[in-house]
Amino acid sequence: MSALMPSSDPVSAVVVETVDNAPGVSLWRGAWQRLRRNPTAIAGAAIILVFIVVSVAAPLLTSYQPGSTQWSDQVTPTTVPGPSPGHPLGLDRYGSDLYTQLLYGARQSLVYGVVSTALGLTVGTALGVLAGGCGSLGNMLTGRAGRWLRTVDVIVMRVVDILLSIPSLLLAVSIAAILGQNSYSVMIAIGVAQVPIFARLLRGSMLSQGKGDYVLAANALGIRPTRIVVGHVLPNSMGPTIVQATLNLATAIIEVAALSFLGLGQADPAVAEWGRMLVAAQDRFEAAPRLALLPGACIAITALGFTLLGEAMREALDPKSRR
Amino acid sequence: MLRFVLRRLALMVPVLVGLSILLFMWIRWLPGDPARALLGERATPEGIAQVNAAYGFDKPLVQQYFTYVKSLLSGDFGNSIKTGQPVVQSFIEKFPATVELSIAALLFAVVIGVPLGYLAARHQGRLLDTVVVSGSLLGVVIPVFFLAILLKLVFATWLHWLPTSLRQDPRMDATHVTNLYVLDGFLTGEWDAAWDAMLHLILPALALGTIPLAIIVRITRASVAEVVNEDYVRTAESKGLSSWTVSRRHIMRNALLPVVTTIGLWAGLLFSGAVLTETVFSFNGVGQYLYEAISGLDYPVLQGFILFIALIYSVINLIVDVSYGVIDPRVRVS
Repeated sequence: MSALMPSSDPVSAVVVETVDNAPGVSLWRGAWQRLRRNPTAIAGAAIILVFIVVSVAAPLLTSYQPGSTQWSDQVTPTTVPGPSPGHPLGLDRYGSDLYTQLLYGARQSLVYGVVSTALGLTVGTALGVLAGGCGSLGNMLTGRAGRWLRTVDVIVMRVVDILLSIPSLLLAVSIAAILGQNSYSVMIAIGVAQVPIFARLLRGSMLSQGKGDYVLAANALGIRPTRIVVGHVLPNSMGPTIVQATLNLATAIIEVAALSFLGLGQADPAVAEWGRMLVAAQDRFEAAPRLALLPGACIAITALGFTLLGEAMREALDPKSRR
Repeated sequence: MLRFVLRRLALMVPVLVGLSILLFMWIRWLPGDPARALLGERATPEGIAQVNAAYGFDKPLVQQYFTYVKSLLSGDFGNSIKTGQPVVQSFIEKFPATVELSIAALLFAVVIGVPLGYLAARHQGRLLDTVVVSGSLLGVVIPVFFLAILLKLVFATWLHWLPTSLRQDPRMDATHVTNLYVLDGFLTGEWDAAWDAMLHLILPALALGTIPLAIIVRITRASVAEVVNEDYVRTAESKGLSSWTVSRRHIMRNALLPVVTTIGLWAGLLFSGAVLTETVFSFNGVGQYLYEAISGLDYPVLQGFILFIALIYSVINLIVDVSYGVIDPRVRVS
């Protein structure tokens, strides 16, 4: 395939040929092969793996309970005890073991990130399939049916536009205001804020896939338009959505922390959460900067893992990089 | 061109109508009854009756909606529960601060980001490119509020190079005309006031501008990398145009299209970021006002805010679309 295409970049052409050695490698298998060889993907996956292991095995990695303030007598208004034999990272300002809090914080971030992104992905994909499916079907059909279907597409996209016109953090804030202050409202708020992103993306790629030559060919073969859309257009349009979902996991984890920072997160003090740890650390900055630096670094590194993997997936799935 | 602008304006109408319906419903979905939510803790039976009469909460839903829209159109966005002040008034007072901060942040992002992205694209695979690309990845994943806290800690608390908070030293006693403090300093000739406002602006602008910077670098790099391989660039080079002319007239003009769109798309992100940045630096803008509204459950303020910001967001996207039309004549036709 690549041998036939004129390539302005001989280096990448050579690389692609060694990767795409088997003729007729499917899009997904090819992407997987490229992903496996990409150091960016491996680095991202390694960070994510550590993050997942830490979240699952938190009780095995520490002998303390999260939110336990049993050493609060050691904390004074001016000093917070630093690392000591029993506490590798020292205590936090409430007298909890910082190391334990960080471990359990990973668990919170993972649950929040995955649940909210899954919610956004499900609803967003449903809306995107509705709009994109109706849109590309409408483009294939002529007459009144086609017009109706295109109208459905336009209406769904107007709703998505409205949601998009509210910055996602504000959207999350207003949803959290309706649902009250609990962990579900944070997940729902961040999930709903992601809906328009997925809907718009999937619809866009379905419409552009609908113009592909293979659709024309399938149409000419007499395959039913609904089957073309469901069986050919949709699977071919899923790539960017999956990439976006990976990238959104990073944003969701950051946004959970941001909501906590604004005072809208999980209120239960027994639950360790990185964003709230950052807020609590703010007025102890000069005395113990590690209280802010460590949770902040945890958020950034976790987000980096998902971003690296997402970017590598984008590269692997992008037809342009396969020239 | 005029027709293009008018068509884009017409497209804004359904979005704004839909948004007003959504916000109208939002007030009714808030916990408790709407009058109580709007009045907060000061709700007395008389107060509730008054609000019910004023907003017509006892009337049919459709009629209520039209009353709501009428009050919005006449500029009545309700009063803050906490201060009792009209939301519109507070917004007009505080908006310039956020505008000043956002402009400074965007300026930082564009002035540094576009050249860096261009250089990275022209030196693909080299050390500069690697550094720029990895740096931009880091910029995207650092939470805004964490970066703000870090900058404040290092440059204000430890090094004492820059002020820790506020927009201007209160001892300055500067005259304010537009409430854009830096501009005010220039307008009134109070140079020390302008300088002081600028110093206060540096850290918040750096914190707020980092994510846009990272995004602009990446988009510019990707788009320049694509354009430099185009035939028309080779043609321009081979007919002997200077490399400055080629990069300015042929590469940048085409490569900047996606960058301009991105700036518009991220305007919303800038507002979200402004809420967090202003909170950290006690920068008295709409962001901090909103933070106070969130923590005080000040629903009328929240509601007015979402509407204002969505409106501004739509206007920014309109400007982006129009400037897109100016940069790329092809857009006007299709």
